[in-house]
Amino acid sequence: MHEILIEEKILARNDEIAAENRLALSDKGIYTINLVSSPGAGKTSLIESMADELKKLPVSFAVVEGDLEGDFDAKRVERRGVPALQITTGRACHLDAHQVSHSLQWVFGHAGLELLIIENVGNMVCPAEYDLGEDAMITVMSTAEGDDKPLKYPAIFTASELLVINKTDLAPYTDFDITKARENALKVNPYLKIFETSCRTGEGVKEFATYLAELAKAKRRS
Amino acid sequence: MHEMSITRSMLEITAAQMEANGIHSLKKLKVRIGELTAVEPDVLRFCFDIAIKGTPFEGAALEIEEVPLGGKCRICATEFKITAFENRCPKCGSNEIERTSGHELDIISLEGD
Repeated sequence: MHEILIEEKILARNDEIAAENRLALSDKGIYTINLVSSPGAGKTSLIESMADELKKLPVSFAVVEGDLEGDFDAKRVERRGVPALQITTGRACHLDAHQVSHSLQWVFGHAGLELLIIENVGNMVCPAEYDLGEDAMITVMSTAEGDDKPLKYPAIFTASELLVINKTDLAPYTDFDITKARENALKVNPYLKIFETSCRTGEGVKEFATYLAELAKAKRRS
Repeated sequence: MHEMSITRSMLEITAAQMEANGIHSLKKLKVRIGELTAVEPDVLRFCFDIAIKGTPFEGAALEIEEVPLGGKCRICATEFKITAFENRCPKCGSNEIERTSGHELDIISLEGD
């Protein structure tokens, strides 16, 4: 019997490809976001709502959509005049760096791109472990969910830099306590920056879009 | 259920290491899983057992070392286990806490002939 010491990250291969993606995207000065949430929290709606704001600023951006099946989300985003590429993962519950690497040729076909939003498969568990090569992971949670979600799904909240609490217009009709949700999120990840949005009323969308634009411009300058 | 893709990644590394070291039959695989990862040890065991059926790895055992979420106080350097995300040093009460463990997702070693 032999014992062979390995001491390697299980997702080392994914991390390597993610590092290549990050380098390639950074070379072109593109700020990249990995947008995650449970299904139905409003990731695509948030992108749709931000589209006009980002165009006004102006920020040139494109979207890569990850879903199990179909190109419904890419079509929704394209209708807002935003270039979108659909990746279908089949049965996989998350995007990985390898899948994203295949979309880069399409991404780089758009000259002068400043911001890339990768909308991950709706899932609050699996995407936490898969680095795609993004600059920031952003979690969206909605007021139709529980305000204890950060405590129940801590991995995704600790992996994120930003949190968007969406559907604030619905809050009066649910038991969701925004103050408590903020507290829970900051307990799990004290470094989270938190935004509140409603895609229905437009509340907070401009602030969030402007913040992303600043991040993208800062990256371009660096 | 991404434990299956995690298992696949584990077995890819294992196969490469076995080949490099001239190991033909796998007896045990040791991995380290942090509390703050999105990997559930029981689900990983289940996926591992299914994934190795009918492969050269069949019969191998998976040993999981679970690592709790650990913190270190930036003020008094006390190291402790963080429970219920209480970001406070149990010794001096400071909330300047650095998280030192809990994110592990490592393959430690393999045993075989």
